[in-house]
Amino acid sequence: MTTQVAVDIDGRRVTIPAGTTALDAADAAGVRIPTLCHHPDLRDVGSCRLCMVEVEGQAGLQAACTYPVTADLRLRTDSPRVVDARRGVLELLMGEHPDRCPECVRTGECELQALATEYGVGPAPARVSRPLQLVDLLGPAVTVDLDACIGCLRCVRTCAELQDLGILGVVGRGSSTAVSTYLGLPLAEVSCIACGQCINRCPTGALRPVDRTAELFAALADPTKHVVIQTAPAPRAAIGEEFGFEPGTPLTWQLNTALRRLGFDRVFDTSFAADLTVIEEGAELLVRLYENLVLGSSTHPLPLLTSCSPGWVTDLEHRDPDHLAHLSSCRSPQQMFGSLIKTWYAQQEGRDPADIVSVSLMPCTAKKFEATRPELTHDGRPDVDMALTTRELAAMMRARGIGLADVPASDFDDPFGTASGSGVIFGVTGGVMESALRTVIELVTGRPAEDYFSHADITPVRGFEGVRSIEVTLDRVGPVPPILAHLLPNLEWLRGTTLRCAVAHGTANAHAVMEDLRAGGRFSTYHFIEVMACPGGCLGGGGQPVPTSATVRAARARSIYAEDARYGQTGRARKSHENPAVLRLYRDLLTDGPGGPTSHRLLHTTYTGRGTYVGATR
Amino acid sequence: MLTPPVADLALVADLDALLAEHGADRSALLPVLAGLRRRHGEISDAAMQLVAARLGIPPVEVLGVVTFYSFLRGGSARHVVRVCRTLACELAGAPDVWARLEREVGAPAGEATSDGAVVVERVHCIGRCDHAPALLVDDRALDDVTPADAAALVASLRGEARPT
Amino acid sequence: MTVRTPMTLSAVEAGAGLRAALSRPPAEVVDQMVASGMRGRGGAGFPTGLKWRLAAEADAPDGRRYVVCNADEGEPGTFKDRVLLAKHADLVLEGMTIAGYAIGAREGLLYLRAEYVYLRDSLLDSLRERREQGLLGREVAPGFDFDIRVHMGAGAYVCGEESALLESLEGRRGEPRDRPPYPVVRGLHGAPTVVNNVETFAWATAVLARGPEWFASIGTHRSTGPKLLSVSGDVARPGVYEFPLGVPIAEVLRAAGGTDAKAVVVGGAAGSCVPASEFGRTVSYEDVATGGAFIVLGPDRDLIDVAENVAEFFADESCGQCAPCRLGTVALLDGVRRLRAGNCTPDDVARLRRLGATMRLTSKCGLGQSSPNVFLSLLEHFPADMRVPVGTGGE
Repeated sequence: MTTQVAVDIDGRRVTIPAGTTALDAADAAGVRIPTLCHHPDLRDVGSCRLCMVEVEGQAGLQAACTYPVTADLRLRTDSPRVVDARRGVLELLMGEHPDRCPECVRTGECELQALATEYGVGPAPARVSRPLQLVDLLGPAVTVDLDACIGCLRCVRTCAELQDLGILGVVGRGSSTAVSTYLGLPLAEVSCIACGQCINRCPTGALRPVDRTAELFAALADPTKHVVIQTAPAPRAAIGEEFGFEPGTPLTWQLNTALRRLGFDRVFDTSFAADLTVIEEGAELLVRLYENLVLGSSTHPLPLLTSCSPGWVTDLEHRDPDHLAHLSSCRSPQQMFGSLIKTWYAQQEGRDPADIVSVSLMPCTAKKFEATRPELTHDGRPDVDMALTTRELAAMMRARGIGLADVPASDFDDPFGTASGSGVIFGVTGGVMESALRTVIELVTGRPAEDYFSHADITPVRGFEGVRSIEVTLDRVGPVPPILAHLLPNLEWLRGTTLRCAVAHGTANAHAVMEDLRAGGRFSTYHFIEVMACPGGCLGGGGQPVPTSATVRAARARSIYAEDARYGQTGRARKSHENPAVLRLYRDLLTDGPGGPTSHRLLHTTYTGRGTYVGATR
Repeated sequence: MLTPPVADLALVADLDALLAEHGADRSALLPVLAGLRRRHGEISDAAMQLVAARLGIPPVEVLGVVTFYSFLRGGSARHVVRVCRTLACELAGAPDVWARLEREVGAPAGEATSDGAVVVERVHCIGRCDHAPALLVDDRALDDVTPADAAALVASLRGEARPT
Repeated sequence: MTVRTPMTLSAVEAGAGLRAALSRPPAEVVDQMVASGMRGRGGAGFPTGLKWRLAAEADAPDGRRYVVCNADEGEPGTFKDRVLLAKHADLVLEGMTIAGYAIGAREGLLYLRAEYVYLRDSLLDSLRERREQGLLGREVAPGFDFDIRVHMGAGAYVCGEESALLESLEGRRGEPRDRPPYPVVRGLHGAPTVVNNVETFAWATAVLARGPEWFASIGTHRSTGPKLLSVSGDVARPGVYEFPLGVPIAEVLRAAGGTDAKAVVVGGAAGSCVPASEFGRTVSYEDVATGGAFIVLGPDRDLIDVAENVAEFFADESCGQCAPCRLGTVALLDGVRRLRAGNCTPDDVARLRRLGATMRLTSKCGLGQSSPNVFLSLLEHFPADMRVPVGTGGE
């Protein structure tokens, strides 16, 4: 099929398919070529011009990231001419880069800083001025410091192409060219969903999450405050990368200890709330199926769309407000937990909710925005006071000299205990679907999910294909289990029904699904669709360690699935409806059952059609 | 994508006509924007959002295009006078013409006169180096311009309607 | 009076070229262009016949191919395309039609720079007349449909770069694309596309009308045919001149009345500054290659003005996409201003030279690569005008 060509790169030979870029060919040959605009998740544009190489027989230099190797040839990546050219470009970049690296959030992880050091290029003596700098495009979760922008356009490609959002773009021409939002408006005004994917791919500190760690340090030091943290599974699978561990090193239990050392009074597992979500959302799915299939009502239409991903929820509010009725009314696990902490937990502990600082460790920047939603507050106080990203927590730990190597393991705190394996796999695309199906299958058929999928591993929904589908035929039905007895008269109507479910990750894939749904295509006949705003799901979230790539995300996923499997091997619950703490909660607090009035007050929410028109606020 | 609520019905009508003429896909973007620029002066926020919605592209990309092209940028006035600032015109005395124009107009480059009649812009080579210094006055070229010509030009433009 | 020398094109009979083309199989039309030895008249000088052949032979998945006429004549000092479009639009449109036939395209686009909007109506008239005469539209020849649209630019020098022009035609910022793939393989909307200069199409018509041998007999072995030159600046008779390629610069200056010139900027802002001592050099692809711009600088000119004007031009007209051009053009402008102010040490001058080399070597497109040319040539030939501190002449 594809022709193979032999390439000699600095004397190393490699045989690769014709059409491979010189950059990838070099990578295959084990030769590293520096670049600031190339990113494995993005289309190459050749804008930074650092990856210049000599191609034998050609007079000029070629950008390796966009040069397709089509015949046997020789490349030089380290000749004096190449090195001089790279240094020349770095001098230009450093010439306009602010000389304040030590204060920058990215210091030590900044790709520009690393290359400048490698090539011995310091800050320029005379900075070249550039208009449109220092425009602060502050959003609720993401902020932009254009002063540090080097114009690589990774963020623009991430936003426009990878995520199909088009919030960040390029404006102006020549020396006034700059990355900008529409009219330079703050991100909060231009239907940014705060997914933070741009941050993950920014080579410098130009894009960063809104940082409230100083406030958090103060709370931790305040003896009158009871500071609790819930940790989501995705950060636990990734935070090791911030401390020199290989991607995919699970550090859940060591992190618990580290968090206590940092001063948190209690450490909880967000997966507990994920298990709660499975129960609530599973019940909601069954009720919607009953309403639509039996009662012929489409007030709560199918397919049911998941609502755990705050970026996705905001995206739908902006871009497709006519389909908000499809969204599950369930709050995200972060917010379910936040609600319980400020109400039930406060009551159990005999604490004034005003004295509790509820923090969440999230892989996600959109969680910062979600925590500010007015509908997710009690008595004017946010349910979650602060959503902390993985990178931010790592920086806090570093600031206090706390690492993760040689830290003893410790468990999560009561009363929420340890979650099920299903709650853990919420951290990866397909995980919500897999967890929900495990529970729905068991509740409906009365048979173990293992009868349907070996080890209850629902592998068709795993992996990183942009959109994945699964059909599950409910060949038998059991009696209505007690937990659903208040919702459904029987389950006979489901006998023989084939549930059509899909999983989409990344908003570009979500948009494709929604376009099909609007056009009456196959997804309009589906029953349940999981959507995550970020590629890879939560483990690829905008708050996760940099760099990100398909390889890194796959390693994190392996770690998460392994944790789920270990739950099974060690006798812990793997299914949400078997989580003893969740069952206890339905016994003690949510006594009117899933979807009941108490649940609705504490665990469900409403949505706001926002549209994309910019100007409501001007 | 939602159509933004735009109150300017003339704008909507003109856009519809332009889309009918040039097609409603992305390759129509430049001609459509140029048409709006010609009929409405500055391409407004409302115009950009409307175009974005109709062509199904993000508003920031429309802004990116508007700010990229010299003839799409710029302020609102009935007449645009573009003064070539490139080498041949510069050598032939464009700076004197420019200085006179600025004085007559009484507004800095890119800003319309208080009566909204004229905006002057300095632009790069307009391809009339054989008649330097040269200007573009709306869609017409003006060759071998002297400072006195420039003064007379501004006076006459103040009395003229927007070209159609 | 803009046209200063008799124009060969004025004597080319309208319609003859197209008739000659349509009487042959398309591949033979391409062969004729190859045989003429013609190279692109826009400045880059790619062999026209080869370009057509590559586009004809490229895989066109949906069968579409395009012919695009680059009438975005933005190079400072160049105006011969304006004159051609005003006086010989028919030959240009005919050349596009011939190219369409040769490569199997049904659609041609003429990208007219916004600054030439006053030419639009007459072009539309020409197109209408050609349609009425059956020279455009359905069945121009059996099985050959071809029509042309005029697409207005909106004011951006970089769109004269062919891949930026295609981006612009697609409704985007005029940011040059990476090559390969070249437009002949993947051009407009991903289809094989021939992009040629206005003058190239006009001469193509002449080649078909008079035969490739005629064309190849003019000029030099490697630079065949006549060339239109735009002459401006400090000359008695600015205007469009036609000379065979290979003409010495001095001869052009004699014709235009600029023999006392100190220097000539040949090729516009992207060209270079040729000092009087080198006026014996020839306009040809083997010596001073150019799209045809001559900006003549008289004996009293202070050439640092030229350097600053050109540097300002590029700082504004860079598309802003790649780092060396976006930042380098500004740094170069800053350098010229510091030179003028006498604030440059010998080290600074060396740094500016290195900056120029970096921009030439690493910029993504021809604009960025050529943007330091005038500056570097001025440093080399006119160090006094450029206020280069004594003792740093060479390097």
